[in-house]
Amino acid sequence: MASKTIHAIYNDDDLLMQAVKQVRAEHYHIEEVYTPFPVHGLDKVMGLAPTRIAITSFMYGLVGLTVAVLMMNFIMIEDWPQNIGGKPSFSYIENMPAFVPIMFELTVFFAAHLMVITFYMRSKLWPFKKAENPDVRTTDDHFLMAIDAGSHDVKKLTKFLYDTGAMEISLIENEEDH
Amino acid sequence: MYTLPSKLKLFAIIFMVVGAIGIVSGFLTAPSTTAEVKEMMASHGDGHGSDQSTAEESHSTNENHNAEGNLGDEHAQVANEHGENAHDSEEAHLEHTLHQMQNRPWSALYIACLFFLFIALGTLAFYGIQYAAQAGWSPVLFRVMEGITAYLPVASVILFVLLLLSAFHVNHIFHWMDPELVDPNSPHYDKLIAGKSGWLNVPFFLIRAAIFLAGWNLYRYFSRRNSIKQDAADDNSWFKKNFKMSAGFLVFFIVTESMMSWDWIMSFDPHWFSTLFGWYVFAGMMVSAITVIAMVSIILKKQGYLEFVNDSHIHDLAKYMFGFSIFWTYLWFSQFMLIWYANIPEEVTYFVTRIEDYKLPFFGMLVTNFVFPVLLLMNSDYKRVNWFVILTGVVILAGQYINLFVMVMPGTVGTSWFIGLPEIGSILFFFGLFVFVVFTALTKAPLLAKRNPFMKESKHYHY
Repeated sequence: MASKTIHAIYNDDDLLMQAVKQVRAEHYHIEEVYTPFPVHGLDKVMGLAPTRIAITSFMYGLVGLTVAVLMMNFIMIEDWPQNIGGKPSFSYIENMPAFVPIMFELTVFFAAHLMVITFYMRSKLWPFKKAENPDVRTTDDHFLMAIDAGSHDVKKLTKFLYDTGAMEISLIENEEDH
Repeated sequence: MYTLPSKLKLFAIIFMVVGAIGIVSGFLTAPSTTAEVKEMMASHGDGHGSDQSTAEESHSTNENHNAEGNLGDEHAQVANEHGENAHDSEEAHLEHTLHQMQNRPWSALYIACLFFLFIALGTLAFYGIQYAAQAGWSPVLFRVMEGITAYLPVASVILFVLLLLSAFHVNHIFHWMDPELVDPNSPHYDKLIAGKSGWLNVPFFLIRAAIFLAGWNLYRYFSRRNSIKQDAADDNSWFKKNFKMSAGFLVFFIVTESMMSWDWIMSFDPHWFSTLFGWYVFAGMMVSAITVIAMVSIILKKQGYLEFVNDSHIHDLAKYMFGFSIFWTYLWFSQFMLIWYANIPEEVTYFVTRIEDYKLPFFGMLVTNFVFPVLLLMNSDYKRVNWFVILTGVVILAGQYINLFVMVMPGTVGTSWFIGLPEIGSILFFFGLFVFVVFTALTKAPLLAKRNPFMKESKHYHY
């Protein structure tokens, strides 16, 4: 089934913010907004849920800390507790200050890298990925709002978008729904 | 304009009176002769004093006197000379304990005095940073900070009096001030302390203290004056003066703060030295100061006096509390780990005494100053919850007091420490005084500085 999307292009981020507010007030569904740079507060006016990536990062950090502790406890204390320069290898806690730099670094390493990878996976970013940009100008100086035309009256919607200050409005027919 | 609630005034006065009673009774219960010490040790033999007396017991027999740092040496020599004579060593030990017990109320007073002085001084440094960095978020809090720094002149006078009392041998908390230690003909001659007497001598010590205190107070006086003049001005000249003065003050501050930490804290262990000590003291000072700024702001906001302070300002302060807690821990660990790792005897004694005699406060403060704030203030939403900030702030302040306690006490009272009447009395007294001075100062000027060029940005600050 073919679906229709309306692409409205703006050339000013303040105008875009205003338009997003108006479109949402009229209960049209915004599929996506493409901008060349982060527009401060856009997520709030679009009503997007806050990110949970910081929470994942915290948990990855705990994983890293656990890995560091288990690794060094096994290597330095359990497997081969050598006397290296008089350091007390009798129990983990006795020699812990020497392990803290590694515990710290692995916590940061896991928290940072796994969070970045999570970000790539969730936002579907990888090398050789086909760019999803509907209009090349949106990477330079234009802002594009994609609105689901759905069962709305296209003429009325176009008129409404024109009144919000859209510079260009085009109707896109998608071959297949995805 | 803020008016001082009469309840708060009464509250502060009650604290001061109760605290003063605690301080005085601390001095009265300190023993004055070795016979009294013997009696006290006997009566404390059972009950809570038992582990203290066993600690004393091992102390009298061990040869670890140089680990004691200060008072130990004097008596170590006495004990060595009469090594065979059991009675003499017993007497020397009692005298040793007597000195520790006599030092205790003085140390308690000194720590509490320094603790609240550091809050005012840290706030002053933070205030200077806000000016020099031309911060856009904080001008609505400037009057709160100025109110807190109003305690600085009061604290400076009290501290200087305490230092003078030490210099005139009214008390013996600064061990190196004993003139016998630098006299080569004396049996108590201490070569190490004598070698440092170019820096650690009483007149120079007092001159330095006077310069530090005078410099800080001058900046505090003129920045406050300029800030109030700026309210009525029609250009930004007073702001510019403050900006330049802040930059100069920060340079002066970091130099004097470092030397101050050697003089007022590190010299309690005159055989020991650490290069990052000044930073370590600074970090503790800053985290307590920012905590107090946040707490006073929240209290004033609750009472409806800070119209333009919103959750974003509190959020920023909480981020600073979080960041400086970690910074403090970083320096604590860097100092501890380097010395633990290398384990050089003359350096490691500092931590040996602390871990053996102060285990709970020494490691407990890591929980209050690091684990607690990190877990509670990591979440962005929690930093905006005011009672969370207050709760964490109370724990951080308690931890920073312990921090100072563990820095000072081992060098002055050694194993005879306890957090009892003199310590709590001193805290209560200075807390009451602090609250009284700060909240009185807040009534002296409008709580919103008027013509600060960044004021509009600060009023609309939103994170």
